[in-house]
Amino acid sequence: MMRVTGAVAMSAVLALGAVACGGDDGGSGGGDGNSVTIGFMGDLTGENSGLVIPPKQGAQLAIEQYNAKNPKVKINFKTYDSQGKPEQATTLVQGAIKNDKIVALIGPAFSGESQSTGPILEEAKVPSVSPSATNITLAQKGWKYWHRVVADDSVQAEGAAQFIVDGAKAKKVFTVHDNQDYGKGLADAIAKAVQAKGAQTQTDAVDDKATDYSSTVNKINQFAPDVVYYGGYYSVAGRLFKQLRESGYKGKLMSGDGSVATGLIDGAGEQNAQGVLLSCGCIIDPTGKSSQTAAQFATAYKQRFGTDVAIYSAEGYDAATALIKAVEAGNTEPEKINEFLKTVSFDGAGKKIQFAENGSLATKDIFIYEVKDRTIPLLGNSAEAKPSS
Amino acid sequence: MLEDFISQFWPSTIDGLALGAIYALVALGYTMVYGVLRLINFAHAEIFMVGSFAALGTVQVLGVSNVGGLALIGVVALMAVVAGAVASGGAMLLELVAYRPLRKKGASRLAALISAIGASIFLQQLFATIVIPWVFGTSKEGGRLPLDEHFVSRTNVIDVGPVQVSNDKLIIFIGAILMMIALDQFVNRTRLGRGIRSTAQDPETAVLMGVNIDRVVSATFAVGGAMAGVAAALYFLRFEQAWYFMGFLLGIKAFTAAVLGGIGNIRGALVGGFALGLFEMYGSSLFGSQWRDVVAFSVLILVLMFRPTGILGESLQQARA
Repeated sequence: MMRVTGAVAMSAVLALGAVACGGDDGGSGGGDGNSVTIGFMGDLTGENSGLVIPPKQGAQLAIEQYNAKNPKVKINFKTYDSQGKPEQATTLVQGAIKNDKIVALIGPAFSGESQSTGPILEEAKVPSVSPSATNITLAQKGWKYWHRVVADDSVQAEGAAQFIVDGAKAKKVFTVHDNQDYGKGLADAIAKAVQAKGAQTQTDAVDDKATDYSSTVNKINQFAPDVVYYGGYYSVAGRLFKQLRESGYKGKLMSGDGSVATGLIDGAGEQNAQGVLLSCGCIIDPTGKSSQTAAQFATAYKQRFGTDVAIYSAEGYDAATALIKAVEAGNTEPEKINEFLKTVSFDGAGKKIQFAENGSLATKDIFIYEVKDRTIPLLGNSAEAKPSS
Repeated sequence: MLEDFISQFWPSTIDGLALGAIYALVALGYTMVYGVLRLINFAHAEIFMVGSFAALGTVQVLGVSNVGGLALIGVVALMAVVAGAVASGGAMLLELVAYRPLRKKGASRLAALISAIGASIFLQQLFATIVIPWVFGTSKEGGRLPLDEHFVSRTNVIDVGPVQVSNDKLIIFIGAILMMIALDQFVNRTRLGRGIRSTAQDPETAVLMGVNIDRVVSATFAVGGAMAGVAAALYFLRFEQAWYFMGFLLGIKAFTAAVLGGIGNIRGALVGGFALGLFEMYGSSLFGSQWRDVVAFSVLILVLMFRPTGILGESLQQARA
């Protein structure tokens, strides 16, 4: 998700925090031989923190599990709360590098903050791994120290389009967006991708500060599409889906990673939200049905934090695991860790982790979710999933 | 484009009228305060927001869900009474705290305007940080409080052209019209209404004739607030949501409606509200919803170019409401 600023920043921070592991060891955190600090940066208290706390907990769990094994080099985990704001992330990342001497950063969580911290991390030669920054352009900057463990929005559009046309058998698709970078980018990419597969499309935009979406609802009902796809965040998606259902729209409703939150169900009303489909590069698998690792992770996560795994928890865990593997292999310098990341390859709690040359994930899996009661269970990979009704 | 407009004409008209009814009710508060004090009460949008939370609280206390038919009318009436009373009280308090001290000291109108903007931001943040978490429990999603269940059972009651009108939209429309008739009667027939009219016409002479200005101003705020409260209850009936920032955009639109109809003119607020609601919907169906506000404000500018005082002109003074 590109969630304007948060997702990327968070990952970078996580990576940083672990190295720097603050407070107690002050300036010496980075390289005293017995411990290193890895940071985590993202929106931990702001209005989108619901998307960032799960990956923070995932990363925390990975590092706690590692430290419990009494390794030669322990990892300190330090968090940085950027509130998803690029300017705040910039200041924090400088402090993390200079004072806390982080050897790597998990985050920043959102794309906007990743844009602004990228050059600083690049110059300091500190590697970062974002669990959730999905903006396409991040991978095109030529950054050598930047990575992410989630597919970008163009991959998501391809996957979602495949599901809409092949899985849900839609012939007419209506895309709606909130006129912001993330939402418009995603909605337009999806419109293009489903057109290429032969579906008819129409589009409209809504104001994210408004409550009344009746003009959009009228347009949709007139077009009578099989699927409505909304590109944007969950609060608007909730309002729009509610008004659509109450106007008598009977087709399918779908949105992207920005709407994978129970806030969507609150906004639309439980009854209206039933069967809403969501596409995401993230894997959320509380029952561990996708793999053994996922099952172990889900159990350990629930035990540690008392809640089920949520959006980007597995990505936070995998980002931290990639860095842990580097430290385990005897790399305690940022530069060495970065080199190790180029070659890392393992089956994570979510998916196979292996980075392409540009720092993006080499695998291109998109997952589909379907709202059931008050939960958002996994339906399957976009290539195979079928809507349940 | 034109086909879209034609095929969406009837649904757009109905939604435009339902939305316009809300705009008109909120616009009344702007227009009456302007008529009496020559002040744009920017905090009026927050009075609407307060009313929405009162409506939400009413439904939560009643604990009803899926209400339809006559029972729904009863619930809405109760919501409107509670929201109207709370909003009315809020507006009077607002006047007492934010405007009266300035008026007594003969502060300039600009000072009152800044005070209005300050009160508006204060109320938003007060609800976001204190009232919502305390009164309604932990806030969801940054202070947005949707109902977990639907309290309205929506059914289609009558046909207009090729479309059916649902019960909630019909109640909004009829409720708003009733409120406006009541207000019209109040201003034109009662003693207090006469006080309001005379103050709007010439405050100094009104004082000489024995009108208690403070009472008149208070009453103006109370009546305007009550209208906003009822509007909030009707809006809540339609969208079942309340949040601390909801007055912002709606307030701007309602103010626009007041100016469009002729600020200071009660019947102008009615005309302006419906006109704006319809223009927004027709504009969206023609050009797409992202042009909704552009169309609405372009119409406003065009009207003001040829009729600087709005469609009906400024005329609270000229008595016939």
